[in-house]
Amino acid sequence: MTSRLRYLLIVPPFIFVGIFFFYPLFNIFCISFSDPASRIVETLLKLLETPYFRQVLWFTTWQAGLSTLITLIIAFPGAYVFSQYQFRGKSLIRALMLIPFVLPTMVTAAAFKALLGSRGVINTGLMFFLNLDQPPIHLDQTVYCVLMAHVFYNYAIVFRLVSGFWERCPKDLPEASQMLGASGLKTFFKVTLPILTPVILAASLLVFVFCFTSFGVILILGGPRLATIEVEIYRQAVHLFNLPRAAVVSLIQIVFTFICMRAYTEIESRSGVSLMPEMTVTRTSFSGRPLKSNFFVWITVGLLFFLLGSPLIALFIESILTENGFSLKYYIALFNNDSRSIMFVPPLTAMINSIFFALSTTVMAVIMGWFTAAFLYRDTQGKASVIDSMFMLPLSTSAVTLGFGFIVAFDSPPLNIRTSIALPVFAHTLIAYPFVIRSLLPAWRSIPKCLREAAAISGASPWEVWCHVDWPILKRALLVGAVFSFAVSMGEFGATVFIARPQTPTMPLAIYRFFSLPGAMNYGQAMAMACILMVITALGGVVIERMAH
Amino acid sequence: MKTKLFHCIFFLLLVHSGLITSLDAATPPVITIMTHDSFAVSEGVLKLFEKQYQAQIKILKIGDAGAALTQAILSKNNPLGDIFYGIDNTYMSRALKANIFEPYRPALLSKIPDILKIDVTNRMIPVDFGDVCLNYDIEWFNQKKIPFPKDLSDLTQPQYKSLLVVENPAISSPGLAFLFTTVGRFGESGYLDFWKQLRANDVYVSNGWTDAYYGQFSRAKGGTRPIVVSYGGSPPAEVFYSEKKLNRAPTAAMLSSKSAFRQIEFVGILKGTKHLMLAQKLVDFMLSPEFQKDIPLHMWVYPAMPDTPLPEVFVKYAQKANDPIILSPETISLNMQQWIEKWTTEVLH
Repeated sequence: MTSRLRYLLIVPPFIFVGIFFFYPLFNIFCISFSDPASRIVETLLKLLETPYFRQVLWFTTWQAGLSTLITLIIAFPGAYVFSQYQFRGKSLIRALMLIPFVLPTMVTAAAFKALLGSRGVINTGLMFFLNLDQPPIHLDQTVYCVLMAHVFYNYAIVFRLVSGFWERCPKDLPEASQMLGASGLKTFFKVTLPILTPVILAASLLVFVFCFTSFGVILILGGPRLATIEVEIYRQAVHLFNLPRAAVVSLIQIVFTFICMRAYTEIESRSGVSLMPEMTVTRTSFSGRPLKSNFFVWITVGLLFFLLGSPLIALFIESILTENGFSLKYYIALFNNDSRSIMFVPPLTAMINSIFFALSTTVMAVIMGWFTAAFLYRDTQGKASVIDSMFMLPLSTSAVTLGFGFIVAFDSPPLNIRTSIALPVFAHTLIAYPFVIRSLLPAWRSIPKCLREAAAISGASPWEVWCHVDWPILKRALLVGAVFSFAVSMGEFGATVFIARPQTPTMPLAIYRFFSLPGAMNYGQAMAMACILMVITALGGVVIERMAH
Repeated sequence: MKTKLFHCIFFLLLVHSGLITSLDAATPPVITIMTHDSFAVSEGVLKLFEKQYQAQIKILKIGDAGAALTQAILSKNNPLGDIFYGIDNTYMSRALKANIFEPYRPALLSKIPDILKIDVTNRMIPVDFGDVCLNYDIEWFNQKKIPFPKDLSDLTQPQYKSLLVVENPAISSPGLAFLFTTVGRFGESGYLDFWKQLRANDVYVSNGWTDAYYGQFSRAKGGTRPIVVSYGGSPPAEVFYSEKKLNRAPTAAMLSSKSAFRQIEFVGILKGTKHLMLAQKLVDFMLSPEFQKDIPLHMWVYPAMPDTPLPEVFVKYAQKANDPIILSPETISLNMQQWIEKWTTEVLH
């Protein structure tokens, strides 16, 4: 393909992001700053003068930094084990790691409370064994709770990036160093760590951005004394109706996360870091050591299970532990509409709606991601990394701002789609397709040129080269991107909360509905629905990955 | 596999394009109710209207009451719906100031008690009301042999230390209503003092109703505090949604004089609707006996129309506050922000 024609590839993604991201944003900013009394510069200066906002800015930054650091430290041993050892159940564990991605914050909060609350498992256990009258651990509404939830949500990101990169690192350098007499520790710090620097940086940036824009975790687990920029945008826009201020805060967030995304895409294009490591080319040559009686390794795997698994198990137990002991009462109740309410959501309908949205999102995200990656992978000098990071922006843009943007931008034909059920799909796609790009791009870049040249010299037509060299590699990358898109849409996180919905309740919405009414059955059904959501997500992920074979 | 995938994509694109353009004029007129996430009504009730007027009702939910109102205001030039249901008197002034409603006087309005008709311009018509008040866990108090709290002022006493959970008024609607209660009760000069004492008595502030009720309230699995800010309709809901059949409510609402805030919910016809006549008929319908008697069991509030028969669970387990706090929308609109700010400084910092 000639380089001019190549630019045609980027046209569909540009149109999509232009219409559904930049246009609504532009609109809401215009409206927010239309009043001469609240021009952008004045509002910004006034805002920076308030001590409260400076405090919010500082808290947002340090909690994101600390969350990132802790996630790195905790995920590192796991990444080490998964990259260096071979054992059974490895791919299953990898698949299960997707689940935290789809859990609504309310549900995660409930799981954390069941574990660590003052009447939670751990406190009750400690009180029993240590003979205490009062629960010894108080984590409610502290920053510790926020940090733990951030680790829970972001573990998989660090893990995927680091283990994938580490797996493909040549083993000869550390081996040589040890042969020359360096201690294990010295080898790690002088040889392994420098090799891993790019991936550590990349992982830090991504996790930092996610924690920087954290909303639900802060709101529910952090309590009223902690606020991030995103919480402040919500408070200003929805509860104080101060749109100019909300818009300025939102702009600050966009500029800041854009810089981080820019750095991330640079590192990715330079050093082949990949969020979806199982996709890249060299992986086929990997053969890890078998996992045997290594104590350290077992500890690591156990810790991993404890960290990610225990909240999920706690949730499941909550969903079957009724007043009369264990029973499936809550699950059965999901199917009975005693009050004949139109807002009763039959679980089957919610599932079908959720799956419909998720599949539509997946298809759209895969198409958009494909075009974008096809354009970007040829760019080796990093010229296009601005474009790349621009496409990452929807991932970290304030949900309130974008949701309100939709309302003002799409109010006249031909784009009057504010109440169409296509809008949630487009919104989910905005959040989902950056993941497809992150999966496809490193895989595409990792295909060695010589492989294609060799095939061409042996007489293969360009089509045959594509079928036998590119496609087999890209197919897997595409599917993993698809799995992420599916999960993103199932869990409806990010910019989709404030979008109008006609009568198409999804599973997360059904969970919120149950959580908004008093009564034991409502709480139980919320838990049961959350468990069904987890299972469907995991199943969906497995089915999509199976399509590869 | 590839062809299958393409079929799939093609199908979905068809579905999408079909959905975007499906609202033709040939079908019966569609009338849209814009509302918040807590709206609910019986299946059959809306069908009555649809049949009578050969129309189709669409319900559009967009977030909590605050978010839904903000979006209604933002879409003023081309409204998302024909009527908006669910603005209460705490947000009322914002809606009136933005001028998003057409005035309308339904015939049945004259039957509604004057105390509920706060909008003299008739742009917002009362549909239902409820009390935001303290709920307490009966069993907890019986076990500890501590008397039930009887009045707001009890909460500052040492025996109720560390027992109360409230919601943050800056982002929660019941939290805001409870702040108004204290202002109405103790006056602008006294409410902060009351909160100072509550703080000294270790009040717990949650960011929303769900965390307060399901996270901290002792009725919930992990909670420890037996007093929570909730609704007068919560005790009957506890009975209705209980696991075992209950003969009495496990919680009770504290409704003594000047200890609860009366929340009134309104409906209004959105300016710019293309179905003005039909929208008026729908508003009429919302005040009709069929709709009114359906309200309690779905939204756990009282119907605005007096003499509406109440369901059994309401008659048995629900009570109205006799002398609730009512603040005028003007007072609220003028002071809300500074009250919240002062509260935040006093209680959180």
